[in-house]
Amino acid sequence: MKTLIIAEHENGAIKSATLSAVTAAAALGAPVDLLVTGNDVAAAAQAASQVAGVSAVLTAEDAALAHPLADLIAPVAKQLAGDYTHILVGASTFGKDLAPRLAALCGVNQISDIIEVIDADTFKRPIYAGNAIATVKSSDATKVITVRGTAFAAAASEGGSAAVSAANATVGTAKVRFVRADVTESDRPELDSADIVVSGGRGVGSKEDFAKVFELADKLSAAVGASRAAVDSGFVPNDMQVGQTGKMVAPKLYIAVGISGAIQHIAGMKESGVIVAINKDEEAPIFNIADYGLVGDLHDILPELVSKI
Amino acid sequence: MKAIVAVKRVIDYNVKVRVKADNSDVDLANTKMSINPFCEIAVEEAVRLKEAGTVSEIVVVSVGPKAVQEQMRYAMALGADRGIQVETAAAPSSLDVARLLAKINEEENADLFILGKQAIDSDNNQTGQMLAALLDIPQATFASEVKIADGKAEVTREVDGGLVTLEMDLPAVVTTDLRLNEPRFAALPKIMQAKRKPLAVKTVEELGVTLSNSTELLSVEPPAERQAGIKVGSVDELLDKLRNDAQVL
Repeated sequence: MKTLIIAEHENGAIKSATLSAVTAAAALGAPVDLLVTGNDVAAAAQAASQVAGVSAVLTAEDAALAHPLADLIAPVAKQLAGDYTHILVGASTFGKDLAPRLAALCGVNQISDIIEVIDADTFKRPIYAGNAIATVKSSDATKVITVRGTAFAAAASEGGSAAVSAANATVGTAKVRFVRADVTESDRPELDSADIVVSGGRGVGSKEDFAKVFELADKLSAAVGASRAAVDSGFVPNDMQVGQTGKMVAPKLYIAVGISGAIQHIAGMKESGVIVAINKDEEAPIFNIADYGLVGDLHDILPELVSKI
Repeated sequence: MKAIVAVKRVIDYNVKVRVKADNSDVDLANTKMSINPFCEIAVEEAVRLKEAGTVSEIVVVSVGPKAVQEQMRYAMALGADRGIQVETAAAPSSLDVARLLAKINEEENADLFILGKQAIDSDNNQTGQMLAALLDIPQATFASEVKIADGKAEVTREVDGGLVTLEMDLPAVVTTDLRLNEPRFAALPKIMQAKRKPLAVKTVEELGVTLSNSTELLSVEPPAERQAGIKVGSVDELLDKLRNDAQVL
């Protein structure tokens, strides 16, 4: 048994989704290799080699891999698949794009979004937006799996000393080209790895009023999220959406402001450590899952919170 | 230009799911079923491309028992031209569906495949990517904008941290994210018209595909319930609780 994890990296650092996958892989009890693909991967490969619990780092370096295209990375991983019983990827948009393509190339089914490893063949995963938890068993020779980051702590990014070598794989040519990225610039922590998340819903009222949510988040060094209703109302962009169709988060503290608590939102944040709900409607379903609820007008409460923290 | 759109019949997104008492699966008896919301967005996008003169024919495909024809007729009411149902009893795996779609395409030779990014029942998020792999064609998942010109597709994708735009040679697979479009309502005359559109039924055997579900469902449980906590009366009390009881500030 041996596990390969396809690493997601940015600016020479390994992303938290990958570090969570390393922890999930450790539960399989087999050696773990990391595959790092890219144009200039020296820094990322170095970072990967220091991740605790990693046995070896394989690199695939090519100008064509400058952008993380599943069309190119999947065939590279396919060439290595014969050496592995498990291939894991974090269930980020990178992993969700890549893993099924790789599984189909390998002729196997794929297991999405695991939240628990029972044994080497058996896993738990949420279905129906987390309203049910399935236990599934795979008989595929190579199991291609995506790992839900919020269900596994990130592996330590230091302490390892894995050897780095070039993977024995060739890079093809893609019929797809990268045109541009419009990345949301922010000094705030990332939603999926922040200790504190402050999220706003439709109750915030407007794009302008959302500034109050940002203000509280900045005071707490928190990431900012939003409900789908707030995104649909145009208050904030979609990459801030927390929920079944957005991001899954599990911070130590989650503050829901003006969010009623639709099932699909709760699916994305119910694993949080402590949940605070601030809402003027005391019947709002969000209070049914909140550890601390404060009924009142968020437009008064938020400035008061900011001034008193 | 021909477009194939795959649609799945799933539990209606407004219905609360119940787990069966014997934990064998979720209970779908007498439950309202609908077209998967992401599949509906896929149909709408194809219809808009047809209205813009880019797509000339939309073929809707669904895999499952006869009941899936209901969702196929709905897709036709939105504007799909004809349908192909692949008759199966059980719900096949994503890989099986991708293989069936690839097989159907041997006759259809479509230029564009539009699928929902995931179904809201199994939450797999796999079929589009698998189809692209099997056909060895490009993929653009989680699309929020699709432009087709000069035999190429320019697709903007919603990814962690923002948006990424890709240009793909055709044929290609696009999977839809929520904000790609807002599907129209099917008007009554269109619903009546849709009943007369051609709908072919094929079997898995006819298509020569062996279903190969290697993932066995052992059990299904309800998720751990989170208990409601307490209501606090003021900001001061809230901060006190967070600092001293929960110790998260």
